[in-house]
Parts: sequence; structure tokens; C-alpha cells
Amino acid sequence: MSDTLNFFFLLIGNGVLIGLMYALIALGFVLVYKATDAINFAQGEFVMIAAIVVSAALQAYGAPLWLAILIGLGGMIAFGFGLERSVLRPLLGRPIVAVIMATIGLAAILRGVGPLAFGTGVRNLPLPISEDPIFLGPFFLTPVQLVGAGVSLLFLAAFGWFFMKSRQGIAMRAVANNQQVAMAMGIHVERYFALAWAMAGVVSALGGVIWGSMLGVDVQLALVGLKVFPVVILGGLDSIVGAIVGGLIVGIVENVAAGYIDPYVGGGTKDFAPYALMILALMIRPYGIFGKRTIERV
Amino acid sequence: MSSPVARAAAGADAPQLTISNVSKHFGGVRAVTEVSVDVRRGELLSIIGPNGAGKTTVLNMVSGFFHPDSGTIHLGERDITQLAPSRIAELGVARTFQNIALFKGMTVLDNLMLGRHVRMRSGVFGSLIYWGLAQREEVKHRAQVEELIEFLKLQDLRKQPTGALAYGLQKRVELGRALALDPDILLLDEPMGGMNQEEKEDMARYVLDVNEERGTTVILIEHDMGVVMDISERVVVLDMGQKIAEGTPEEVKRNPDVIKAYLGQPHGTGANHA
Repeated sequence: MSDTLNFFFLLIGNGVLIGLMYALIALGFVLVYKATDAINFAQGEFVMIAAIVVSAALQAYGAPLWLAILIGLGGMIAFGFGLERSVLRPLLGRPIVAVIMATIGLAAILRGVGPLAFGTGVRNLPLPISEDPIFLGPFFLTPVQLVGAGVSLLFLAAFGWFFMKSRQGIAMRAVANNQQVAMAMGIHVERYFALAWAMAGVVSALGGVIWGSMLGVDVQLALVGLKVFPVVILGGLDSIVGAIVGGLIVGIVENVAAGYIDPYVGGGTKDFAPYALMILALMIRPYGIFGKRTIERV
Repeated sequence: MSSPVARAAAGADAPQLTISNVSKHFGGVRAVTEVSVDVRRGELLSIIGPNGAGKTTVLNMVSGFFHPDSGTIHLGERDITQLAPSRIAELGVARTFQNIALFKGMTVLDNLMLGRHVRMRSGVFGSLIYWGLAQREEVKHRAQVEELIEFLKLQDLRKQPTGALAYGLQKRVELGRALALDPDILLLDEPMGGMNQEEKEDMARYVLDVNEERGTTVILIEHDMGVVMDISERVVVLDMGQKIAEGTPEEVKRNPDVIKAYLGQPHGTGANHA
């Protein structure tokens, strides 16, 4: 196989893995939007704060990795529940802008509180995974990315099952569909709101561990969350399948763009290519590839 | 139908639902003023009145979507005036909506199973831990939903997304979803609105069957006078937010206030908007 083709496959392969990891974080956003209609601008900060907690537990308190991850998960679940109860429930029934502003404010607070409580330095979040790349035909894969992509797939499948098959998942879809009617069915809507935020916490904790181990843990990690927007705009704000497809598209596009365009312009295409695509997508399919087409009717 | 002995034990004429002196104003609009209605166990009561008479507002107060500005609502002995809609549903009051409010994109079966939601015990974490238990519960509820599907003749539509169904069928699925709650009281907000004659007759038959065979108390809001007078045991008439008449269909039909409300005053002094 020619080198040019090999290079192309390399970019695609890495793009797919990175894309699945974007999808995991985007899932946190989608879960909240699907159930509560709230747009969470702090998703990246959720990931950051989870990574900070896990790495602090590992390093400052010497906890074993499994315990640190459990602490991260438990902490983020509690955070999700607490956030819903203290900030978002009082905003129920207010204009959607109020919720958006609240999450933007929350993002700023988290970016400030994280370093304040745990220090500003870049921390490591070492996972017991070999750093030797694996060669698979034309693909050249790093183990941590493989594990990250695997965990992402697992959770995307689990949440997909939850929404399609489980009683609570179906009830959550009902809440997302029509809150009033869900109430008339005896569904306690607030409980499902809280559950959605807690689930976003779980996803963020996992995303924090994976992304933190790859990029290092500091405030910059929150920037990963910015990639959520092209992912969910492309895939659809309320679709789990859309999060996967959107994640894959963003992962592949940014890798391919970086591979082919960066040499000529000196780098940086990775950071804006997904947004260029997002703007294009907004013009063509504003509800995303898999999103509900409600935007049309407004 | 409960036996005379049981009735006596429950206090012979103790109403199942007592709406007493409820008022609800929206800004300057007096939607409902001092309305009282006693609903007896097992009866089929209709609430009628011209548009804007406050019928749906009364229903919304009973099911907890609005809380009255004054007055109380009791379910048996229990004060439900300030309870949330989800609590009132748990207590056995189910409803349908004036505009079809099915969960679109979900199948008929999912919609009906959602009606069972309130009767299912296992929670999120419970169902993760006691997988088998949750499964068994699911099977039990599925069987009850199957009974409903048969009752409403929806057999062929189980897996159909509700959005794709014909209008009359959607209304029937919505009735089924309310029935899935196994309610003691069923509130129907214009279940026949927008239907053709044949669909209306079908729906009237189902409502009667629910009332007679299952013994469910039915409170019906309906515009079609023919249907209302045919199937109701008792009729309450609202006009401009106030109760103007109450009685059997025959009594109500002859009531001059009712005739006035529907036809306007004969000499044109402050005609009502019917």
C-alpha cells in the first residue's frame, strides 16, 4: 500500500477513536438536553472538575486508581443531583435563557474553584496502560485511545439501551416529550431531571479520566467541552446515535484537516475545522442529522 | 357497582370527589368562580357549557395542574387541593387532554406502558440490582396492558408509532393510556372533539363500557350534546365560570338558564358568547 494511502488511514483511524471519546462527552450534554431541555454550557467544566478530583485523589491522597475513579464517579453523581436541586429546579419554568446563563456562570465558577481547591499546576492522571503504540495494518493506534474509545462505546450502548428498553428510560423520554402529560401519568418529573444531571455527571467522570490521562489535568481540559457543540449540532441535540455520528465526524474531520492542511499553514486547523463544519451544518440541517425537526415549526 | 352494605359502610352518600367553592382567576379573567360539584362513586358525570365557561379549568384544578385561588378539592376524605399532578395521578385520578397529548415517536405499547409507570414499584437502582424482580413486574404489567389493548381493539397497532395513527385512533390510545393507570376516577377532556359520527359512537361505547364494566367514575367534558345527553347520568352546566345548573340530562335540558346560556338571551340584553 502506498504511503499516501497509509497516511490517510492513519488519520481516519485516530479520528475514529478520538471521535468516540468526543461522543462520550457529548452524551452528557445530550442526556441533559433530552430530558430537561436545558443547554449545558458547562459540560467541558464537568469533565475538567471530574479529572481534577480523580487526579487529586490519586496523587495528593494516594488512593488506588479504582478508588480514585469511584470517588470521581460518586462525586460527580452527587454534584449532578446537587446542582439540579439547588440551581436548576428553582429555574424551572423560567425562560430557557435563564438556564443557559446559569450554566455559563457555573462554568466560570468551576474554572475558578477547581484550581483554587486543588492548585493550578498541570497534573498527571496516569492510567496503567502501555504507551507503546499498536500497529494494525495501516493503523497506528495508541492503547489509551483504544481503551477510551472502548469505554465510550460501552457507555453509549448502555445509555442507548436505557432509553429504548428500560422503564425509567422510557419515562425519561416521556418527560422530554411532554412534561405536563408525563406529570398526569404520575411521573415525578423532577426526579428524572435530577437523574439526567447525575447521568451527565457519570459520563463526565469517565470522560475526565480518559481525556485527563491523554491531555494532562488543568483548566485547559475544559476546552475539550467546546468540541461538544460541533458534535451535537452535527448529530442532533437530543440524539444518542447523533452524538456518536457527530463525534466520529468531528474526530475524523479534525484529524484529516490537521494531517493535510497543517503542513501548509503551520498548524491550528484541528481547532477550527469542526466549527467551520458546524456552521455549514447549521445552514443545511439546523436540527442535526438525527435531531427532532422541531426547529422548522418555530 | 359496590354492594349496598359496602356503600353504607363508606357512608351512604359520601362523595368520591368533592369540589367545594373553587375559584380561579387568571389576571383579570374570572375563569372559575365558586364552583361546587360532588361526584358520586361510579357515576358518569358530564360538565358542559359554552366555550370559555371554565370546564377545562375545573378539570385542571382536579388533576393538580392549577391550584384554585380559593376553595378545596377532596378525594374521599383527603384534601388534594395543593397536591402536584403526579401525586394526584398516583392517588388514582387519570385524565386525557383536549388536544391529543400522546408521546409521539413512541409506540402504542410504550405509551400504554407509561400509563402503568405509576403502578410499578422498582426504581432505577432497584431494577439494576434486582433484575429478576423488575422483569417479573414488567411481565405482570405487560399482561394488564395487553388486556387494555384487547378492550380497545388496538391489537394490530402495538408497535406503531402513535404519530402515524389516524386521529380517532390516537384519541383511543390516549384513553387507553389513562386507563392503564387503573384509575378510580377518569377525567376526559373532549374525548370526541374533532371526530366523525362513527368515531364518536365508538368512543361513547368505550366510555360507557369503562364506566359500567370497570366501575370507574367518569367525569366527561364534551361539546356534542347528543352524546352527553345519551350517556350521562348527571350533567353540570357551567357558564362564564359559574355553575348555572345541575341534574339529570332531562332536567338540564329543560332548565331555562341553560337554554339562555346556549342560545343567548331572547331580547338581546348582554348576549352571551356561545
